[in-house]
Amino acid sequence: MSQHVYDRVKANPKFAELVQKRSRFAWQLSIVMLVVYYAFILVIAFSPATFAQKIGEGVTTVGIPVGLSVIVIAFVLTGIYTQRANGEFDDMTNQIKEEVRSGE
Amino acid sequence: MKWGLLLLSLSSFVFAADAQFSGKRDLNISAIVMFLLFVVATLGITYWAAKRTKTAKDFYTAGGGITGFQNGLAIAGDYMSAASFLGISGLVYLKGFDGLIYSIGFLVGWPIILFLVAEQLRNLGKYTFSDVASYRLRQTPIRTLAAFGSLATVALYLIAQMVGAGQLIQILFGLDYEYAVIMVGILMILYVTFGGMLATTWVQIIKAVLLLSGASFMAIMIMYKVGFSFESLFSQAVAAKKSASIMAPGGLVSDPISAISLGMALMFGTAGLPHILMRFFTVSDAKEARKSVFVATGFIGYFYILTFIIGFGAIVLLTNDPTYLDPIKGGIIGGGNMSAIHTAHAIGGNLFLGFISAVAFATILAVVSGLTLAGASAVSHDLYANVFARGRVDEMMEMKVSKYSTIALGIVAIFLGIAFEKQNIAFMVGLAFAIAASANFPILFLSMFWKKLTTKGAVWGGSLGLLTAIVLVILSKAVWVDVLGYKTAIYAYGNPAIFSMAVAFIGIWLFSLMDQSEDAQKEIEAYEHQFIRSQTGIGAEGASSH
Repeated sequence: MSQHVYDRVKANPKFAELVQKRSRFAWQLSIVMLVVYYAFILVIAFSPATFAQKIGEGVTTVGIPVGLSVIVIAFVLTGIYTQRANGEFDDMTNQIKEEVRSGE
Repeated sequence: MKWGLLLLSLSSFVFAADAQFSGKRDLNISAIVMFLLFVVATLGITYWAAKRTKTAKDFYTAGGGITGFQNGLAIAGDYMSAASFLGISGLVYLKGFDGLIYSIGFLVGWPIILFLVAEQLRNLGKYTFSDVASYRLRQTPIRTLAAFGSLATVALYLIAQMVGAGQLIQILFGLDYEYAVIMVGILMILYVTFGGMLATTWVQIIKAVLLLSGASFMAIMIMYKVGFSFESLFSQAVAAKKSASIMAPGGLVSDPISAISLGMALMFGTAGLPHILMRFFTVSDAKEARKSVFVATGFIGYFYILTFIIGFGAIVLLTNDPTYLDPIKGGIIGGGNMSAIHTAHAIGGNLFLGFISAVAFATILAVVSGLTLAGASAVSHDLYANVFARGRVDEMMEMKVSKYSTIALGIVAIFLGIAFEKQNIAFMVGLAFAIAASANFPILFLSMFWKKLTTKGAVWGGSLGLLTAIVLVILSKAVWVDVLGYKTAIYAYGNPAIFSMAVAFIGIWLFSLMDQSEDAQKEIEAYEHQFIRSQTGIGAEGASSH
C-alpha cells in the first residue's frame, strides 16, 4: 500500500472520528471487565464472608450467582462490542476506504 | 505413506491395548471403539486437508478462509483442554465454589483480547504474532525474542498436556503410559504435518462439538436428577458432603497479592498464548476476527458453567457411592481429576463412560496439535525464514522447514512427556501463562498501542519480564519446595505475574525512552503507518483465492 493512500486516510476527518470513537469504546468496555473481575477477586481475597452469606432459606450463597454473572457479563460485553464494531465502526471504515479510493 | 503411518499408529494402538491385559485396569471396549472412530474420521479430514494445503498461507492459516463462527468453535476447542474439563470439574468436586474462581479467571481474558488485540492483530499480522510485534521494529532481535517466548510457552504447555494425556489414557483405556504418549505424539504429527492449519482447525471444531455435547448431556442429566433446581443440587451436595464449606470461597486464593497476581496471569496470559493468537490469522478480516471471539467466549463460558454443574453433580452422585470410592486411599478412585469420568459412568453406564473417555482423549489431541503448529511456525516462519534467511526464502522451503519442525517438536514432546512422567508438573501451565503475560503480551500490546516503543525497549523489557517470570516461578513453592525439595519457598506468592508484568512494562518503557538512536527515531516515525493499517485494515492480508 502506497504512502499516498495512507496520507489520504490520515487527512480524512472521519478517520480521526473512527479512531476516537472505537478506542474510547474499547477502553470503556475493558475497564468494565477489569473492574468486575478484580472486584470479584478482591472480595474473595479480603472479605470471603460476603460471598458466603446465604440467599433466603436454602444453602445457595451470594457468591454463586455473582460468580456465574461474571461469566455472563464477559460474554455479553463481547457481544456488545462485536455488535457495534461490526456495524457502526466497519461502516465508517468502509466509508473512509471508499472516499480514499474515489479521490484518486 | 499416509496410510502406512495410519496403519502403524493403529497397530501400535492395538498392540498396546493387548499389552494391557496383564495390567490392572479393565479394558473399556466402548471407549476404544469410539476413540478409533474419532481417529479414523480425523485422519480422513487430514487426508482431505492435505490435498488443499499447497502454500505456506494454507499451512499456517488454512488460507485465511475460516469463517468467524468456525474459528470461534476452533478457538474454544483449542482452549478447553482436558485439564480444564477434568481439572475444573475435579476442583469443583473437591472444593465447590473455589473451582468457579479458576474458571472465571480463564474466561475473562477473552473480552480483553477482543477489545484490545484481536482486530489489530488480524490487520497487521500474517502468520504469527511476531509479525505484528516486529512490524516496525528490527526483525532479527524482535522475532528471536518473540519466537523464544512462543517456544517456551508452547513447550511448557505441551509437556503438561503430554504428561496429563499419558496418565489419563493409562487410567481410561488401560494403556501403558509410554504407548499413550507415543500415540498422541504420532497422531498430532500426522495432523499437523499433512493437514496443517486446516486439519488442526477441523480437529479442534469436532472436538469442541463432542466435548460440548457430552458435557451438556451430563449437566442436563444431573439437573434432571435434582428436578432442574440449583437450590436442590446445592442442598443435596451439602448433605452429601455433610458440610456447607463448598458453597463459599475456601482459601484456595488466600492472600490478596497471590489473588491479583493469579488474576493477571490468567487474564493477560490468555492474550499472549501463541497458539491462540495464531488462530486470528485464519479468518478473512477484522469483522470475522471479532465474531470468532464472541462465539468462542460464549462457548467457553457455557462450558465452564457446565463443568460447575458437573462438579456439584459429582459431589451428589459419587461422595457416598462405594462403587467409586477408593477403599484404601479414601476419596474417589484416581483422585479428584477423575470425578467427571466417574460421573459419566454414574449417569450413562459403560457406554457413556466410553464416550466421555474418548472425548477426553480427542480433547488432548486437539490441544497438542494447535500447540505444535504454533511452535513449528515460530521455528519456520520467525527463526528460519525471517531471522536465519533474512526474509530471502522461497515459500516451499519455508513450508518444508515447518513440517520438519513439526516432526521434531512431536518427537521432543514424546521424549519430554516420558521424561516428566513421575515429575510434579503442576507449575508448568502456571509458568506458561506467566511467560505469556510477562513477555509475549507486553511486547505485542505496546507495539500496537505505544508509539515510542523501540527495538531496544522491547528486547530489554521483554527479556527482563521473561527472566523475572522464570526466576520467581523457580523460587516459588511449586518448584522450590515441591520439585527441588527445599523447606520453604523464597518467593511467597503463588504466581509471579504481578511483579514480572510490572518489570516487563517498566523495562520496555524505560529502555525505549533511553534509546535516542537514529533507528529508534525511524521506528517511532513508522508507527503512524502501522496505526492506520491496524485501524482500517488497509493493506492487510486477505484470504487466499481458492
